[in-house]
Amino acid sequence: MHYLKQREVQLALLIVLLAGAVGLRAPVFLTTGSLGNLLTDSTLLIMLALTQMFVIVTRGIDLSVASNLALSGMMAALLAVNYPDLPLGLVMLVAVLIGLLLGLVNGYLIGYLDLPPIVVTLGTMSVYRGLVFVLSGGAWVSSHQMPANFIAFPLSHLFGVTHLVWIAAAAIIVTWLLARYTRFGRDLYAIGNQPLAARYVGISTARRLFWTYGLSGMMAGLCGYLWVARYAVAYSEIAYGFEFTVIAACVIGGISIAGGAGTVAGAVLGALFLSVINNALPIIKVSPFWQSALTGIVILTAVLINARGNKKAGRQILPLAMLQPSSRSAA
Amino acid sequence: MNAISTSLHQPDAANTPPEKAPGSRYTILDRKAPRLSHYLAHWEALLALLLVAVFVGNSVFLPNFFDTYNLADSTFNFSEKALIALPMALLIICREIDISVSGTLALSSVAMGFAHHHGVPPAGLLFVALAMGAVCGSLNGVLVTRFALPSIVVTIGTVALFRGLASVILGDQAYTGYPQLLIDWGQGYFFDIIPRPFVILLAFAVLFAVLLHATSWGRRIFAIGSNPMAARFSGVAVDRYRFALFVLTGAMAGLAAWLLTGRIGSTRPNIAMGWELEVITMVILGGVSIAGGKGSIGGVMLAVLLLGMVTYGLALLNIPGVIMTIVVGILLLITIALPRLLNRKQTKK
Repeated sequence: MHYLKQREVQLALLIVLLAGAVGLRAPVFLTTGSLGNLLTDSTLLIMLALTQMFVIVTRGIDLSVASNLALSGMMAALLAVNYPDLPLGLVMLVAVLIGLLLGLVNGYLIGYLDLPPIVVTLGTMSVYRGLVFVLSGGAWVSSHQMPANFIAFPLSHLFGVTHLVWIAAAAIIVTWLLARYTRFGRDLYAIGNQPLAARYVGISTARRLFWTYGLSGMMAGLCGYLWVARYAVAYSEIAYGFEFTVIAACVIGGISIAGGAGTVAGAVLGALFLSVINNALPIIKVSPFWQSALTGIVILTAVLINARGNKKAGRQILPLAMLQPSSRSAA
Repeated sequence: MNAISTSLHQPDAANTPPEKAPGSRYTILDRKAPRLSHYLAHWEALLALLLVAVFVGNSVFLPNFFDTYNLADSTFNFSEKALIALPMALLIICREIDISVSGTLALSSVAMGFAHHHGVPPAGLLFVALAMGAVCGSLNGVLVTRFALPSIVVTIGTVALFRGLASVILGDQAYTGYPQLLIDWGQGYFFDIIPRPFVILLAFAVLFAVLLHATSWGRRIFAIGSNPMAARFSGVAVDRYRFALFVLTGAMAGLAAWLLTGRIGSTRPNIAMGWELEVITMVILGGVSIAGGKGSIGGVMLAVLLLGMVTYGLALLNIPGVIMTIVVGILLLITIALPRLLNRKQTKK
């Protein structure tokens, strides 16, 4: 019974229940093909939520992931189109490195210059999105221009599931190890819990933040290639507004925006939950126009539930919530 | 972190205390005589200089820039956004933020279209928009104050909700055929020269400036933003102020919806897409501290005009609007990074 009280377990049960309920209405939802699609569709959100989790754990926020994804994706696409003979691995590496570089720009400004993350990433978000347009000249790169293997890779199957799923699985394992068993990961939790104490015990906050945002950017770069290749099109508006979906997945997964609390499992389950809803809606014939409204309701419900779990009992004359570090005071 | 850096910035006078008044335990320092460099250190002064530079530069290099009609028309581009930036500045000074303004605007516009098609007279549409905005704002306010949730998370949720509801009602349709009254206010002029939205903006800027800088209500917003706990212990009804500011922001987004709908003459699902970030950029560029407790309406208005003049200049040069986002982003990054880079030696890592 102890496990049932854990947020991640509850969320996992909720996802199973939801999928089961949708399956009752429309049995086609629970076929292997449909579930495979669901997994493939959720991978990009899961991967981005994983690194966003690290950022939020340090009391930060990275609004620039979607723009970073678009810019690295566009660069990868242009590279593949202009040099079709380049090996695919190299194109992917370039996308990852561009993403890393863009992320490190955030990291430098936030870590070393100690600037508020929300403002910095708001600024780089506009800049990166604008650069996509400059780079592409506003033109689309469409599927017939891209080399065949560039497009084929993400959806090719290996042992029954797509490459995307394998990559996401690898990302989950790596981030889990990073969060639980490395000094880097533990330091991030320390920084998020109490930045001042973290500095007193000798954690180099600036360096840690530098690489945390670098990591977030790196993942955005990888997802940039995967996104462009999966949907076989690159244009300046790709993944527009996706940063909020990523943050929503983290919030649903119980990652506290006030920093210091959050798990890899939470991020994965939060992203899965959103994907299940989005994939189930067309199947149970709910108008797709409801998707955004439902997402909003889910986010609000999730934060309400999470907040209730944290509430202390007893009568309060002054709201103690103000004593807790809020995200804004950190920003 | 802020606590450390501020404690390092002791005023210079503390090193050489002046003579104490006899019989007093306290020393009260004389107010320093104002100097030119003192004024130049103000954010607003820098913005004003930059604005003048952009204005002069544009007038010299762009032949059609200094044309009264063109200049007047260029204000259409930013008036609605700036109307939302005013209450947003108050919210950010109060340590809150509202990401949901563009969703509120979209839903208010849809509510207007819905009301119009169900026989509400043209004059009533303004109240429909304001009421819808206030309802959206109060939902944010209740969630933030009653349930003690971080406003950034709440409003990320409600922006999806509001925009979602708007698209549920709209479907793949659009509301058009708005009455002449709306169009008159959205794209009309006073005395055939001054755009009406700009006049409304100026009136509200004055109102907000007085409210924030000359009333105890405004001082308390600064108090809450500087230290919510201390403000609460001093008897400020912190949550009531927060709630009021969220409702105000929603209502102003409703007003912006009324003007914008009149200007473009239709309500589409993607109305005001991405405005929340432009509005927040205006506020931060205007010198409002994201950590709360600092900022002025004058600064925000200067930032609004600066961005407006830069956009207008780029438009005359036929530079696409996307480039503008790069310029705005870089401007934002430079403005926050530059003071930090210049003071690098004073803040210890």
